Amino acid sequence: MSTTYLAAIREAQAVALREDPNVFIYGQDIGKFGGAFKATKGLIDEFPNRVMDAPISEDAMVGLAIGAAIEGMRPIVEMQFADFSSIGFNQIINQAATHYWRTGVPCPITLRLPSGGTAGSGPFHSQSMEALYAHYPGLVVVTPATVEDAYSMLLESIQLDDPVIFCEHKLLYYHLKADRLPTVNLPVGKARIARSGRHATVVTYSAMLHESLKAAAMLAEDGFHVEVVDLRSVKPIDTDTILGSVARTGRLLAVGEAFPWGGVTAEVLSRVVSEGFDLLDCPPIRLNAKDTPIPYHPNLWKAHRPTADSIYAALSELVRK
Amino acid sequence: MAQGLRLLSHMLEDSRCQTPPMSTPSTVSSEKLRSTFRWMLLARTLEDRIASLYRAGGSIVGGVYLGRGQEAFSGALGACLSKKDGDIFGGLIRDMSGRLAFGEPLLDPVRAYLGSAAGPMRGRDGNIHRGRPQEGLPAMISHLGALVSVVTGMLLARRLQGKATCVGATSIGDGATSTGSFHEAVNMAAVEGLPLVVAVANNQYAYSTPTDRQYACENLVDRARGYGIQGYVVDGTDLRACLETFTEAVAAARATGKPQMVVGKLLRLAGHGEHDDASYVDPALREEPSGRDPIDVATAYFDGMEVRKWQEEALKQVAEAIAKAQNEAGPDAGHEPWLALASEHLVEGRRL
Repeated sequence: MSTTYLAAIREAQAVALREDPNVFIYGQDIGKFGGAFKATKGLIDEFPNRVMDAPISEDAMVGLAIGAAIEGMRPIVEMQFADFSSIGFNQIINQAATHYWRTGVPCPITLRLPSGGTAGSGPFHSQSMEALYAHYPGLVVVTPATVEDAYSMLLESIQLDDPVIFCEHKLLYYHLKADRLPTVNLPVGKARIARSGRHATVVTYSAMLHESLKAAAMLAEDGFHVEVVDLRSVKPIDTDTILGSVARTGRLLAVGEAFPWGGVTAEVLSRVVSEGFDLLDCPPIRLNAKDTPIPYHPNLWKAHRPTADSIYAALSELVRK
Repeated sequence: MAQGLRLLSHMLEDSRCQTPPMSTPSTVSSEKLRSTFRWMLLARTLEDRIASLYRAGGSIVGGVYLGRGQEAFSGALGACLSKKDGDIFGGLIRDMSGRLAFGEPLLDPVRAYLGSAAGPMRGRDGNIHRGRPQEGLPAMISHLGALVSVVTGMLLARRLQGKATCVGATSIGDGATSTGSFHEAVNMAAVEGLPLVVAVANNQYAYSTPTDRQYACENLVDRARGYGIQGYVVDGTDLRACLETFTEAVAAARATGKPQMVVGKLLRLAGHGEHDDASYVDPALREEPSGRDPIDVATAYFDGMEVRKWQEEALKQVAEAIAKAQNEAGPDAGHEPWLALASEHLVEGRRL
């Protein structure tokens, strides 16, 4: 029996609800309907008082979670789409992120953000918000790329005493499968070498891991062995693992699905250049989405984001520099 | 001496010449009236002292925002809640009186204003943002309206934990009722059916903006009907009226588990902050009933000699608190751990 990325997220919430009476879930359409993506399907039947449909009020949803967390609860808030977390932005960055620092009282909330692009979703149902949240002190930002990570990192996020932005990628919901859910896994904050190699390093995360792995397989046919690092968490970012990989390969490509200005890939390059400049054999490069809103039509969307083909093209240049 | 104290002395002279007002049947005990008035006096005395220190320069860290004119409305709310029974008071910037009446230690605001590291925020945040979140005093942020949903969430937690009889209150001004945050939170509290008391201090100005640029309904309390909750209007300058109304609203919240909205008409008798001379305030508003000083109004309920004695005690308490806090060190950047996360192992720069 195999488990999907989406089922792993549902299962992690079921386990958290079962194991800790302080856990509850708040979000739009998550009760009887089971959520827009069915990530909470059936949970209300087992936990009728702890799975609650919310009004369309992202600001108040996050504020409510913060208040409950102050009182010892461990709320999970499902944003229907990551894009709508912008309505709750003030509560997230000014209230939740500052709370522990200002008052000494932790604010353990988990905000689930169905993130990233899928064909036909357009400008307002496709965004990757991780860089915005990572910018602010006081938040943990995670971007699981595998079924195992979706499960174990969600459980760990709920247990952490800090606000966690859990960026789950919608494109991975249904097609990504694992034979079983893990009982042990790397902790939040640790990156993973998803594929070993010696000619170049790709640092990536979330759905772009899978595009990068495909590109690495294509490069292998050309005789180049590319190492792929899955960041798993973007805040904190595991600089040690990145530098270790670049030390082995001397070449770096950072790939992200988000917009190009600033962001995670820029942070990766900045760290490698400032902390590991001597490890580089040639200038590092970045690959991101285009600097426009995310297009609706699949013909445009496919060209807007990095793909295995564009990553392969960038890597082909990089390994020959 | 600050203007308020002069004004108070003036009123005391007057009140000695007056016969005490006829006592009307009231749900408020004379003891409650007296104790709340003393919190008002303490708040006014403290804020006058803080304001004069601010003007003198050198000792106050950051801005000074006063509750002058709102002491009756705020104090009555704080006095109608029970901290020991688990009630919550989410005070805002003009709630010195209500915070003290609810049970905030006098040293908390004094230490915050004087920048003592022993203050509740340890120098990391200041003054009006202070709080003790685990003692029913959540710490506001500058973004107005944002605290309403936090108090709502604290109440939801109480309900999930089987402590449903606790009431949570928060205050807000006429200006912040225009925020989406306020609307979302009051609506959410109504949908969830939580015992939230929202005290709207309509002080007629949001910084310099008058109410006709803030809302177009006839009275802010009309909004209560839109949210499906109970609304109340009260003369925010009259302590007895405020106590009667908040007693009723808090009891209704506790009994029904539903939100209540109390709108108090009053006038901000200060600038937005002490940096602001409030020259934009229409002088005619000060002549209207809502422009009365609530300290003056309440003084008339008591014997003048007694009020003078309470005033002296307040001055003494404030002087002692300031003397103590002035001798305390400010925060030391060298000893600050600079950790924004409770999960220390996830702080960047610290290895796992």
